[in-house]
Amino acid sequence: MNADGRTETAAPSSLRLVLTLAIAGLISGIAIIGIYETTLPTITANKARELREAVFKVLPGVTQMQPLVYRDEQLIAVQEPGKDEPVVYGGYDEQRNFVGYAMPGAGPGFQDTIALLYGFDPEERQVIGMEVLESRETPGLGDKIYKDAVFVGGFSALSTDPEIVAVKKGTKSAANEIDAITGATISSKAVVRIINETQAAWSERLPPPGAEPPIVEAAPAAGGAGQ
Amino acid sequence: MKKRDNQSYDEFIKGIWRDNPVFAQVLGMCPMLAVTNSAVNAIAMGGATFFVLVGSSFLVSSFRNWIPKQVRISCFIIIIATFVTIADYTLLALVPKVHKELGAFIPLIVANCLILGRQEAFASRYPTRLAVMDALGMATGFLIALFSLGAVREILGDGALFGVKLFSENFDPWIIMILPPGGFLTLGVILLFFNWFKYKKDEFLEDVAEAERSGN
Repeated sequence: MNADGRTETAAPSSLRLVLTLAIAGLISGIAIIGIYETTLPTITANKARELREAVFKVLPGVTQMQPLVYRDEQLIAVQEPGKDEPVVYGGYDEQRNFVGYAMPGAGPGFQDTIALLYGFDPEERQVIGMEVLESRETPGLGDKIYKDAVFVGGFSALSTDPEIVAVKKGTKSAANEIDAITGATISSKAVVRIINETQAAWSERLPPPGAEPPIVEAAPAAGGAGQ
Repeated sequence: MKKRDNQSYDEFIKGIWRDNPVFAQVLGMCPMLAVTNSAVNAIAMGGATFFVLVGSSFLVSSFRNWIPKQVRISCFIIIIATFVTIADYTLLALVPKVHKELGAFIPLIVANCLILGRQEAFASRYPTRLAVMDALGMATGFLIALFSLGAVREILGDGALFGVKLFSENFDPWIIMILPPGGFLTLGVILLFFNWFKYKKDEFLEDVAEAERSGN
């Protein structure tokens, strides 16, 4: 019955058992490494493209970007930020003028971590755009933090001084106030809190307006941002 | 030859209807309830499971005489896990948005009892051709079940199918349907229908048998 002529009743030797598992593991390992190596370039490119699109979205008018990190007490442009190193992205227009920072922030939401990116104009000290990158907020309620155009639009000219405050819908009266979403107060407040926390963490590190690092030649939007 | 073809056809069709993994065997409930909040997610999950199940059944059945039975479960798991990893990376590369929505449930295909169950109960005992037919049938049945749940939940809970709005602005989506309770509700109603149908069919067959008896 068996292809190798054995009968079902003979107990196979331990060596055979070990060999079978070793061979299975080896083949499996090769297959996994193969698929990892094949898909890695696409996955990296996708991530870099997603990030670039998000940066361009939160900073209107920006056509180029570069990562900026805080090293030796100053903000410098780098090609490749270190792993786990806090990073912001500088956005520049066609004339290579500095437009604003795209600041990534993350924090607890209603159900899980909310990760977002917001555009910050250091001259006006305003948030000029906000995009939620990752969230698992309740469908239909909490997910309005990225589906509700009114709420997202509220981040287009929002003063960060002294800090952003989420107020009941329709009661926005000051430049630093934003209408929270009815039925999703916790999620809206989480977004505001994440921005405030990120802002507080970076406010000391950002150079005075006008002294931002210029764009480095080697880091234009040539698809190399994620490499 | 004719008879053998019938058999492989039977193995295929039983997974879709009579032994449907979800509606008849009630297997694979974890992905079933977790990722069917939209039709696209349901199809992606069904597709990934399809690939893993058919691939594993093919390999397990092909090597069934070489795998000693003392280590067969470990071997099945290695084979399944390899296919799951391949599916995971492929989805991540091709459809990153869907991959993000499915999240942890793609790696969890490894633990789907439907897949390991088919390897142990069928693929490791039958010739490759039948094993593949069985896997195709089961996987299609699972895909159909996921899609029917996903479609119902998306239509009621979001007023849309594949992201295309079906109703006018006045439609107030039934949000509970895309939340976890909606999964249980929908599955319950579908199972109810399935069992009612089976019950009616048995009743009908009994009536026919009775009529035949009294006719004699």
